[in-house]
Amino acid sequence: MDRALLLRALRAPASMGALAPAEWDVLLRQGLHMSALGRLCALAAAAGVLPSVPSRVRVRLEAALEDVEQQHRLIRWEVIRLRRALAGSGVPLVLLKGAAYLHAELPASRGRQFSDVDILVPRASLHEVEATLLREGWKMEEISAYDERYYREWSHELPPLVHPKRHVMLDVHHNILPPTGRLRPDPRRLLEATVPVAADGLRVLGPADMVLHSACHLLQSGEHDKSPRDLGDLDALIRQFAAAPRFGHELAARAAALDLERPLYYALRFAAQLIGTPIPEASARAVRHAAPPAPVRAAMDRLFAATVQPAPPRDPPGRVRLARAALTVRYHWQRMPPSLLVRHLAHKIGGRRKRG
Amino acid sequence: MKLGALTPPELTARLARGGLDMDTGPFVVRVEAEIPALAEEMRLLYGDFRVDEGGGLADFHVSVRRPAGPLGLRRWWRQQVMVYLDEARPFEPLPIDMAIPMLEWSINWCAATQANQYVMIHAAVLERDQRVLVLPGISGAGKSTLCAGLALRGWRLFSDEFALIRPADGQVDPWPRPISLKNASIEVIRRWAPDARMSTPVPNTKKGTMAHLRPPTGSVERAGEPAMPAWIVFPTFEPDAAARLTRLPRARAFFKLADCSFNYESLGLRGFTTLSRMIDGCDAYEFTYSSLEDAQSLLGALPLP
Repeated sequence: MDRALLLRALRAPASMGALAPAEWDVLLRQGLHMSALGRLCALAAAAGVLPSVPSRVRVRLEAALEDVEQQHRLIRWEVIRLRRALAGSGVPLVLLKGAAYLHAELPASRGRQFSDVDILVPRASLHEVEATLLREGWKMEEISAYDERYYREWSHELPPLVHPKRHVMLDVHHNILPPTGRLRPDPRRLLEATVPVAADGLRVLGPADMVLHSACHLLQSGEHDKSPRDLGDLDALIRQFAAAPRFGHELAARAAALDLERPLYYALRFAAQLIGTPIPEASARAVRHAAPPAPVRAAMDRLFAATVQPAPPRDPPGRVRLARAALTVRYHWQRMPPSLLVRHLAHKIGGRRKRG
Repeated sequence: MKLGALTPPELTARLARGGLDMDTGPFVVRVEAEIPALAEEMRLLYGDFRVDEGGGLADFHVSVRRPAGPLGLRRWWRQQVMVYLDEARPFEPLPIDMAIPMLEWSINWCAATQANQYVMIHAAVLERDQRVLVLPGISGAGKSTLCAGLALRGWRLFSDEFALIRPADGQVDPWPRPISLKNASIEVIRRWAPDARMSTPVPNTKKGTMAHLRPPTGSVERAGEPAMPAWIVFPTFEPDAAARLTRLPRARAFFKLADCSFNYESLGLRGFTTLSRMIDGCDAYEFTYSSLEDAQSLLGALPLP
């Protein structure tokens, strides 16, 4: 069983034109599990190899891409409603991740499967934004008192909101990493550097910040099944922005200014190693000093490679499960100081026991 | 090669080692199983399906296993069956005699959650003279009984659960699989067609007693031949009622049909365009019935739209 198929398809989309049926059997399952079928279709089409894919595979890829386009339509509609709801408040509407790529019409949005809208608002406006959205019909998901407190005190976002008639999840962030974490990017600097996009009143992070946010997400999201998608985002963003001559320097400078050199180091390393992203030389040079000690680096290389290459998902080998567990521990470690981590885990484990 | 050409030991061995790729028409299903008793039932129900040499491209991957339970006790005492569909395990373990219903539900689950290349309607589907009859309805509307009854008397079986409508050209793809019969229907169909082959009835499922009817050979052999829909008939079984067919306005039929769809909402524009075109080319009816004879004669005489 070839576990590297999905990464190879992302690295060299044209190779999809020559896969054997047995390889498609694995790749389709990996793509389905990793929410990547729509992107595979977009990549195969862009590489001109879609017509040489077996017809049974092609109908599935094309259906996945159409599903993604329908999702995008719903997201655009949600953003329109959001803009209307916040119009009187004077709060700028800054889109993050998928919704940002979509509205800025970046290649990273092609075939990208996602179902949430993420926005960034100034911390000072958080209460006002929340009150406005609740007044305009959004509802907060029912969560336990503990989870509520977790979001309010230790997290960088509100508990998820959803409009009951539209079912699109809305995450309102006041930063891109939790305030309890080891890395503390200053959200004011992110907001200052946002840029307007075509649709009126919408803004997105500046190019370098967008790459940095994607890098954080790759390493800090705790969702292993999304990491091929995050790698694909990074690849598309870097390829596009690196066409500008000073981008490599700018990216390194922003990473230093925002305290995000370590995530950028890993993101550039993994994107280059795993899917062959061309890394701007200036950025690679500048973050080299943020590399972890060699044994840690070697461990991270192995852990990350193990989780990002899915076995057809049933019964992942013990090694992969171990790697997933190790990265989950790291995720929590990065997110909270030890005392808080102990409390949080005790609560979560105790809660699970009680629920039986 | 047809599945029925494998002897039970050969089939058991194939199911245990690497799985068996069963060509069901629109989808190839890879079945792995470690339950020897399954081989007999599978030969009975799926005997006419083509099996591929393994190792190719399968659309759905179903693994039927026996959970070991605490201390491995379940291996010996009150054996259970459990299905693994790659990462998903949508069903709780059930007693081992539920293996076939579980396999069938699993295949349905895979299609309902993954096959967005089709607009999928929860419906029984049959064909005659190149035109398709779609009988949408919730469980309990009597569509499976009606479907079995008609499939055993001159109609070609497309499916007792899924209308698979192709957005590209509006044709319906057949998916002739075993028909699931519940409770009194089992006896009704036995009387209707004493030669029909059925799996051993399983009592006490969440839907009562359940048996599966082997799909007719001719329907399975023609699983690759789609056809255009002509009639959309919403059936209701009503004891002792006189059979009656009532025309349904197209607009109402559209919403009833969308309501029975597994994926109308998530398909968005594709779903709307495909179903509107389908409604425009069909006549729609509501149908109340109590006897299969009446149903056969009334539905057999439906005029072309």
